[in-house]
Amino acid sequence: MGFGIGVSNPGMGPRGALDSFSGGEEDRRGAVFNKRVVTRMLAYLRPYRRQMTLAVLTMLVITALTLLTPYLLKLAIDQAITHGDREELIRLSVYTALAYTALYGATAVQQYLLSWVGQRVLANLRSELFAHLQKLSLGYHDTHIVGVTVSRVMNDVAAINELLSQGVITLAGDVLVLAGIMAIMLSMSSYLALLAFTVLPLMVLATWWFSSRARGAFRRTRTSVARVVGDLAEDISGVRVIQAFGQENTSQERFNQVNEANRDANISAMNLSFIFLPAIEFLGVLATVIVLWFGGQAVAREAVTLGTLVAFLSYVTRFFQPVQELSRMVTTLQSAMAGGEQVLRLLDTPPEVQDRPGAVELTLDGAPRIDFEAVDFRYRPGLPIVLSGLDLSILPGQTVALVGATGAGKSSIANLIARFYEVERGAVKINGVDVRDVTQTSLRRQIGLVPQDAFLFSGSIADNIRYGRPDATDAEVEQAARLANAHEFISARPEGYQTLVQEGAANLSVGQRQLVCIARAILTDPRILILDEATSNVDSLTEALIQDALRALFQGRTSVVIAHRLSTIRNADLICVVEGGRVVEQGRHAELLARGGAYAALYQRQFGGGGQPEAGHS
Amino acid sequence: MHIPIATPRPTSSQARLLLRCFGYLRPHWKLTAGAYLTMLVIDAFNMLNPQLLRWTIDKGILAGDFRLLGLASLALLGLVILKGVLTYFQGRWTETASQNVAYDLRNELQRKITLLSFSFHDQAQAGDLLSRAIQDVERIRFLTGRATFRVAEGVVMMLATAAVMIVMNPRLALLAVLAIPLLAYQSIRFGRVFRPLSRLIQEQLAALTTRVEQNLRGARVVKTFAQEEQEIRRFEDENQRWFELASTSARLQAVHMPLLQWIANISSVGILLYGGMLVINGQLTIGELVAFTTYMGQLVSPVRYLGMILPAIAMAAASAERIFDILDRAPEVREQPGARPLEICEGRVRFENVSFAYGQNRVLREISFEAQPNQVVALLGPNGSGKTSIVNLIPRFYDPTEGRICIDGTDIREVTLASLRGQIGMVLQETTLFEASIRENISFGRPDASEEEIIAAARAAQAHDFIVQSANGYDTAVGERGVTLSGGQKQRLAIARALLTDPRILILDDATSSVDSETEHRIQLALERVMQGRTTFVIAHRLSTVQRADLILVLEKGRIAARGQHAELLKSSPLYASICQQQLKGQGRN
Repeated sequence: MGFGIGVSNPGMGPRGALDSFSGGEEDRRGAVFNKRVVTRMLAYLRPYRRQMTLAVLTMLVITALTLLTPYLLKLAIDQAITHGDREELIRLSVYTALAYTALYGATAVQQYLLSWVGQRVLANLRSELFAHLQKLSLGYHDTHIVGVTVSRVMNDVAAINELLSQGVITLAGDVLVLAGIMAIMLSMSSYLALLAFTVLPLMVLATWWFSSRARGAFRRTRTSVARVVGDLAEDISGVRVIQAFGQENTSQERFNQVNEANRDANISAMNLSFIFLPAIEFLGVLATVIVLWFGGQAVAREAVTLGTLVAFLSYVTRFFQPVQELSRMVTTLQSAMAGGEQVLRLLDTPPEVQDRPGAVELTLDGAPRIDFEAVDFRYRPGLPIVLSGLDLSILPGQTVALVGATGAGKSSIANLIARFYEVERGAVKINGVDVRDVTQTSLRRQIGLVPQDAFLFSGSIADNIRYGRPDATDAEVEQAARLANAHEFISARPEGYQTLVQEGAANLSVGQRQLVCIARAILTDPRILILDEATSNVDSLTEALIQDALRALFQGRTSVVIAHRLSTIRNADLICVVEGGRVVEQGRHAELLARGGAYAALYQRQFGGGGQPEAGHS
Repeated sequence: MHIPIATPRPTSSQARLLLRCFGYLRPHWKLTAGAYLTMLVIDAFNMLNPQLLRWTIDKGILAGDFRLLGLASLALLGLVILKGVLTYFQGRWTETASQNVAYDLRNELQRKITLLSFSFHDQAQAGDLLSRAIQDVERIRFLTGRATFRVAEGVVMMLATAAVMIVMNPRLALLAVLAIPLLAYQSIRFGRVFRPLSRLIQEQLAALTTRVEQNLRGARVVKTFAQEEQEIRRFEDENQRWFELASTSARLQAVHMPLLQWIANISSVGILLYGGMLVINGQLTIGELVAFTTYMGQLVSPVRYLGMILPAIAMAAASAERIFDILDRAPEVREQPGARPLEICEGRVRFENVSFAYGQNRVLREISFEAQPNQVVALLGPNGSGKTSIVNLIPRFYDPTEGRICIDGTDIREVTLASLRGQIGMVLQETTLFEASIRENISFGRPDASEEEIIAAARAAQAHDFIVQSANGYDTAVGERGVTLSGGQKQRLAIARALLTDPRILILDDATSSVDSETEHRIQLALERVMQGRTTFVIAHRLSTVQRADLILVLEKGRIAARGQHAELLKSSPLYASICQQQLKGQGRN
């Protein structure tokens, strides 16, 4: 099946959906970081406490070793070399080499632990997102663009990972080093230390300025990249139409625009860092100059020794290294935060259709009765009402046909039986049990639905037929395909049931896809069978064959058939004419024709227009 | 499932791929050159800074010259401001150049994707293409931007430091410089192991993307069959596979990358030992040794960067392979050099002995027929008999494997694609509309059409009435389920879209299949009007459409089983008769 933008449109929404999903509220929060996002993301590290603890320990070892090696060097110079002690020099060299080797080991362990945890969390988060997407109702899928949601699961999650794996430990390590250096500076000369610290408020200010601006800028990059994904996804799905109408250039121009916007958003976001980082460096040098100026005078006053000043200067430089690292982290932090928000928003989207607490399993021994009781329905609040006060009773084992103009609400009735959406008022009952009182899984297991759009997954034909019952044997698959009249064309293929389903009409025509969909539904042996325009693209010869097969299949099941071709539903036990969201007429074919009402009019129109020649054949 | 790559090209070396990536910097060479020159200046400042500091201590503080101290302080601040400004421009230029590389690559990919023939798209996965255009391009961007810049910066620093060291003490310097080939060897060895793994990871990511994308598009089917659990399990499998690859790569990186640092560190110990001995022997002063170890620190600090950047480069090479795999594909349907625009005078379409296969699957065999100007040709036959394939050949969505197709006597392979497709109006089997307003969708084939023309086309397609009744008329957005358009309405929009281009040849593939009978009737009336003065090909399962055709082709298993008009065929073709029979069965009983 094509990339259903228009055909079936699972997942295509108007531009507005994209806006509401990935931006549009850029100025709502301007905090350095979103505490809610951070705490919730950190919670994902909890299962890996052991690994993280070990990583922190290795971090301490690394810090200690990093401080130890310069000290060993100092010892080598002061004690060995100046005293001409060759043995001591060799000994200290060996120690240093050992320390470096230990450092290597600790670093390797730490890196491995951090990446491992990071990727584990990333995989977990993706799984959670994916599982959550499975819970979301069709209402969500109707209004969100597939490409954008894909981008949430794949791209935004990766941004968070960077923060969690590398970020947290770098942050901790840098903070530790900072604290240590501050302590040393204060103990060496509190006078100079406090002077040097005067630049800290400026630094906080600069960071605040940067992060408040960067937040919006980075969120804009997220929005703009989502647009690129969305536009490209549309080009890919619509490529056949684009080529048919020779509109390659137009689509390229449109893509150029979103692509350009994305580029510019990225450049201006990075631009902020290019201002911020030198500013931080400037503040570092400012601190150095302050120490130099006041320290120099203090040395002249002999309040401070030159050695202290020199050491102090080197500490000031070291002090600003982690600060710069931290500042650089702000960028990572920002995009992680922007990604985190999007991911959380998706995770927090509640499914509109949920199992009620204490929902029971629906078990059906035979064909059930289905009742619609005064059902009002609309797809979303704010949209026009689709069904209003619909009453409909389908007796066990009946085959009911729904007819009526497009948009009358026939598919909505089918959707409500399977509880893809919630009714606004009234109730849908199966054997007298409200569908809201049973679990969705047990309800849908009883339903075989052949949808309008004949969507097949990429994979083999056999996999697709087996979709609802993965444990079905090859013989059962073939049996179902035979019933659906699909066996013949499948077995005519060189690869038979292993033929891969491809996009486009190249290897399966729409009619053939519909047959596979019917086979797929048959295989699950459902108690309730719903055919929503299931044979609209099947040629009439095949359709007649299917009709015969289906008649046998309808035995022992309650069936709902939606069809435009009235010829296909003539034998239904009950025909309901749906108009404006309610059933305006019901009865059997002959009765309805005799009544001369809405059905008779529909029938006239279908067979009256081009129907004269046919009349001769009767 | 990713696009099967016909030629795995194991020969294409990493270097060549990377070089090709850097080729994309060429249009932005001024920015790049500017950035690298600025880097040299900044590096010079970096070398100057410690000297200035030492000078301040020696001449200012120790000599008690506060005026000099003040001047030196101001000089330090001035220097850092200057450096800051330069850093800003350097960053901005690098970023702009690399963002432009990403921009160009994405444009090129999109262009290629829209140009590649149907046969490519039949096999391609949208998720995989998207992941190439987004994640893989992002990796190239990083490579051509900061990654390479950091490497260059590191190398310059290394060289400068090495030069200073050699000037100071050549023998000791040799010891320090010895580490460099060792580092290089280790880096190359790592890259060799890492690149194939990196490619596997990228492919697994693409597979994951495809899983998510398929699942979302098939959400309705997943729910219908209550297969959420199984979908989750399948995703978990792919996800777990990704995780295993990624953690293998994490282990490799954790073992190999700090090794670079270790090599550098151990060689500095060597300097301490050897240099220390020299000092003890009186061949070197302590000050020199201390300076030397300081420089050694500078020499190896870029190694840390390399450790971070090298994996990124290896990943970029893998990504480049995936991107160029698309860019290097040639569309199967191509214009011949010197193709001229097609001018359709009469609209005579002739199939001469046309055979066609999708890969192994032969769908058309020796099809020959001629559609006279302004005739209506109806194609009829069971599913999979080749009806759609025949009409797909006319606008050259595919090329026949044998035989040729002529319009007004000209082989369609000798004319430009734009002129050919521009004169053919198609209503495809699958109604694909774009996410835009109704107006934009109708005027898709002719963006410059006037409002009157759009309305006229909509009227002709029986779409005007429902459009006017929609919330925002012609500005109503096409999209969400249940909000705007039913299947029949979409089909009428597609018809209006085709009519607006005023084509000489009209192809209607199943154009009225998902429309209720009343609408179908109205569309029929409309179509009859618009078919006049055009050569029309109709694929329809409904007899009423077919009966009026000037030529009916009955297809069976890729061959023309019978041809003629309704009345003759009823007599001569049992297949046609049986198709008619089935069609009429419904009406017949009543």
